[in-house]
Amino acid sequence: MKLTLRVWRQKNADADGAMSTYAVDGISSDMSFLEMLDILNEQLILSGEEPVAFDHDCREGICGACSLVINGEAHGPERTTACQLHMRSFQDGDTIDIEPWRASAFPVIRDLVVDRSAFDRIIQAGGYVTAPTGSAPEAHATPVPKADADFAFEHAECIGCGACVAACPNGAAMLFTSAKINHLNVLPQGAPERETRVLDMVAQMDSEGFGGCTLTGECATACPKGIPLVSITSMNKEWLRAARKAGKR
Amino acid sequence: MARTVWDSTVGKKTVMAVSGVIMLMYLVAHVIGNLKIFFGPEEFNHYGHWLRTVGEPFMHYEWTLWLIRVVLAGAVVAHAVCAYQLSRRDIKARPSKYVHRKPQASYATRTMRWGGIILGLFIVWHVLDLTTGTVHSGGFQAGHPYQNVVDTFSTWYGNVIYIVAMLALGLHIRHGFWSAAQTLGVGSRARDRALKTIADVLALLLTAGFIAVPVGVMTGVVS
Repeated sequence: MKLTLRVWRQKNADADGAMSTYAVDGISSDMSFLEMLDILNEQLILSGEEPVAFDHDCREGICGACSLVINGEAHGPERTTACQLHMRSFQDGDTIDIEPWRASAFPVIRDLVVDRSAFDRIIQAGGYVTAPTGSAPEAHATPVPKADADFAFEHAECIGCGACVAACPNGAAMLFTSAKINHLNVLPQGAPERETRVLDMVAQMDSEGFGGCTLTGECATACPKGIPLVSITSMNKEWLRAARKAGKR
Repeated sequence: MARTVWDSTVGKKTVMAVSGVIMLMYLVAHVIGNLKIFFGPEEFNHYGHWLRTVGEPFMHYEWTLWLIRVVLAGAVVAHAVCAYQLSRRDIKARPSKYVHRKPQASYATRTMRWGGIILGLFIVWHVLDLTTGTVHSGGFQAGHPYQNVVDTFSTWYGNVIYIVAMLALGLHIRHGFWSAAQTLGVGSRARDRALKTIADVLALLLTAGFIAVPVGVMTGVVS
């Protein structure tokens, strides 16, 4: 496969960026999108140019490090992460646009790498349990109804990649925050902090400069793990419940 | 609690949802009232007079009407202030646009902000036209709503402004009603289809019901 790539190049957070055009040849349709970028970088290094900086780690679709907007879609045309996207999703001769996540809460560090520490601070605000953990407990020590376990698992699938923020026209982090809150709030282990968790995490999300939700649904369409839009509804419900309870105290 | 709500984006959305539902309930009553115009000037003008005497003798003349007006004005202001603040925040959160952009969500979803602005301007014109009569075409006669409505819709611009605003209203309700349900936490997977259907039906009935009046005047059914 022969491709034309238009890649966002930006020296650092303060510099202005622009799209640069590169041609790559000899791409196999079995390569992953990141392997295709590796080929581009080898070419760039051999010709004495700076390679394109991009985030990646496990390349198995489970770590949430890769963060590319490909042809205007977070993680590209398939419902998966960019590392699990294969070149068979493209045609020989295609021009592919590659950009970083764009949100004021995710500043570009270099090229396609953005700073996602805002997500870490949202987690620090309440995305944990204070119950003693340690080694795996006996399975029946704390009974969890099947429906609740399924609900928690569905939301625990979130890998925190930030595709929801990248896809949202408002740069909102509602889907990420709701996945983290719902995952813990439904379980008995998360019950002691049920109210403070949702109030604190939403407050942190707001203070990081993420936008608000207008329910366009772009986040859920982009999510590689299929976190549903209704997850946001569940969080709103939790938030209203917690705000009412906090008002009574 | 008030502080928590006002300081949070989720709280501000709740204010928008509640004020939106209040306005929506008013519109349902409004459209039912409007349709009486098809039963002649006597019935329509009588209905207009009754609106001022609701609740008598407990309420004085026009008290109930003013109570409704105050609640509605509060809802409009709260809805607009929250929309303005949230929109500014949303625009700031995505300062640089993507070079390559994919077509986005539905038309109704994308036009919420402009639609809202159109509706806000429409409300100002509508009140000045048919409540106070300040910008009314021809002689405005207090107590003769039937004739006033016919006058307004005998001008081309009256029809254009009204019909455009009612189309914007339909789109606004289509996305707004369903969104309010999500914001208030009453949406769910099982209820999603029902909520979307109710939103579509409400949008369609209100838009058709309101537009029926200018169409009635234009076709001579109401004169």
